[in-house]
Amino acid sequence: MNDIAIQAEGLSKLYRIGALQRCNTLRDQIVHGIKGVFQRKAQSDSIWALKDVSFNVKRGEAIGLIGRNGAGKSTLLKILSRITEPTSGQVKIRGRVGSLLEVGTGFHSELTGRENIYMSGALLGMTKRETDRKFDDIVSFAEVGKFIDTPVKRYSSGMYTRLAFAVAAHLDTEILLVDEVLAVGDAAFQKKCLGQMEKAAHKQGRTVVFVSHNMAAIENLCTSALLLDDGRIVRRGATPQVIGHYLETVLPALVQGMPLSERVDRTGTGTVQFSSFHVEDAQGNRLAAVRSGMDVVFVFGYQCRDGEKPKDVDVGFSLTSGKGQMLCVLYSSYLGQYFNGLSGSGFVRCRVPKFPFPPGRYSVGARVVVAGEESDWPRNWVAFLDVEGGDFYGSGSGGFGSATPYLLSGEWSADGSWK
Amino acid sequence: MQTKSTQPTVSVLEDTSEPQRAEAPCLVIGPRKSWLDLDLRSIYVYRELLYFLVWRDVKVRYKQASIGATWAILQPVLTMLVFTIIFGKFAKMPSDGLPYPIFAYTALLPWNYFAQAISQSGSSVVRNSNLISKVYFPRLIMPIASTLTPLVDFAIAFIILVGMMVWYGITPTWGVLALPLFLLLAMLTAVAVCLFLSALNVQYRDVEHAIPFLVQFWMYASPVVYSVHIVPEKWRALYSLNPMVGVMEGFRWALLGRVHPDFVVMIVSAAAVVLLLFGGLIYFRRMERTFADVI
Repeated sequence: MNDIAIQAEGLSKLYRIGALQRCNTLRDQIVHGIKGVFQRKAQSDSIWALKDVSFNVKRGEAIGLIGRNGAGKSTLLKILSRITEPTSGQVKIRGRVGSLLEVGTGFHSELTGRENIYMSGALLGMTKRETDRKFDDIVSFAEVGKFIDTPVKRYSSGMYTRLAFAVAAHLDTEILLVDEVLAVGDAAFQKKCLGQMEKAAHKQGRTVVFVSHNMAAIENLCTSALLLDDGRIVRRGATPQVIGHYLETVLPALVQGMPLSERVDRTGTGTVQFSSFHVEDAQGNRLAAVRSGMDVVFVFGYQCRDGEKPKDVDVGFSLTSGKGQMLCVLYSSYLGQYFNGLSGSGFVRCRVPKFPFPPGRYSVGARVVVAGEESDWPRNWVAFLDVEGGDFYGSGSGGFGSATPYLLSGEWSADGSWK
Repeated sequence: MQTKSTQPTVSVLEDTSEPQRAEAPCLVIGPRKSWLDLDLRSIYVYRELLYFLVWRDVKVRYKQASIGATWAILQPVLTMLVFTIIFGKFAKMPSDGLPYPIFAYTALLPWNYFAQAISQSGSSVVRNSNLISKVYFPRLIMPIASTLTPLVDFAIAFIILVGMMVWYGITPTWGVLALPLFLLLAMLTAVAVCLFLSALNVQYRDVEHAIPFLVQFWMYASPVVYSVHIVPEKWRALYSLNPMVGVMEGFRWALLGRVHPDFVVMIVSAAAVVLLLFGGLIYFRRMERTFADVI
């Protein structure tokens, strides 16, 4: 009679920054307590991960949660799945909830596949009877066959992931909460999982809440979407419109609205931090956009913490397509290069000959690692890179355009001889 | 977290395979209002998970140990030998007129159980941190599971005790029927202490390092190597605030059939357990709200 499955009213979640720090020791606490006697501090070191979020999800609706890192998506999902409690507000949930925030929850390497299926099933809220009934389906879905009585520590990582996901995919609840768990496993299996989820959402009429950075997956799976930013709902509606708003307004505003050096959405020790990013051509001219096929130089401005001369600095960047698919990652260490002479501020450059991607807008991510430890990682891209059509093939042909994500060059021959 | 349902929450887990279901139970998630909201029913709802967690721990424990269950026997037996030589032979501890080995072993049984339970308890929540941040289940299950697992070792070691009783020709009296009661007392003590330690350890990882010391200290504060009766009568009630005193006294009385048990000791110990357990539950439930955020 009531066709609303999830009804959230005024949800807020306050995190104390202190509580986020790990390895809180008793000694720290005592020291802190003594300090506290002398200086009364207001609650300035706290952040609202969610602020007054209200929404309804109808029974049978598949809704995608999107937003940049730190927008509150995961917090919302954790509240819905009862992992953490909201600071205020409440959610009414009608129906059994299954949450899939991780693949292989509760798996133990010493136990066999069979034993892990039961263990994981129990954790996800399946009764033993239910697991018994679905056992054969799970095994055949996972394609582990005769290895079912082998300890999972002897499984290949592919088998492990397949088995882990198979258990979760057979979770038969009215409401399914799914975090970015599909980012694992090989492509074929990913597709199978997505298919299984689509089946759940469309055919079985289950309510699905799906969090992902993969816009294509959201578009496929979800009829509507919810855009979160800074812990608030920015937009709610049909999936294509919400995704469009996110890609065209929210993300650029964040990335371009503030100099890289001032952004706080980053993690790492801060020994070396990114302060700017731009692209140049091979002659050192600064570019607003690049062309496919040209030699592109990626220029990362850095700033070392005062007086530090870091050693073994490894700088890397990634390119991600507009649809959220990561296309490539290149760290200097992949090429055996580490920087040892950095100090103060300056630029690190990476020259990419014959830029192999078709026209479009790409997101550039960057991360710097010092002596194996993450030093700086701006969590929401450092910039966007606009690519225009160019003479990639050196023949004037535009090739397949933007229909394929990657441009491959080669040489053809009919008689086995090469130029 | 507060659970209000139009039907008993049990139905949430009950297997209902019909696709067309009556109005599904409504779960309300919000900040918890009362510190007295212990929500013990959820443990019953998740009893299968509790079973699987215990089963997993037992299985993993014995799977990798090459002599497996022998450890459960070796440990108390060797400790008993050492105690018999040092405290029985050299120090000539009075043992209530019983042969010292069996006198010590009877108390070692519940003691080893308790020590094992609380040694594991500190890490019981932290060890499962990947679960806590990824899936919901009543957090109380973790410390409870870690106090159930060592019961397997207890059961194995108990067989040796039966053998020793035959060897020494000790026939148990009717008092033996009360034994499950004292085992329950030991379990409740272990649960209570585990609740405190596991929740504390989430906040302060130092606790794990303090536990071995606590265990050692606690053993000497309990009548393992000595008899309750060497404690002066006027201090005995105070001494029995340590619930393990009541447990060990109870074990010795129930199994070795001494004529009159010290009722004061047992009543004080039982009362102490109830208080400790209640406090532990309130503390754990209070702390568990932030587990996923802190861990």
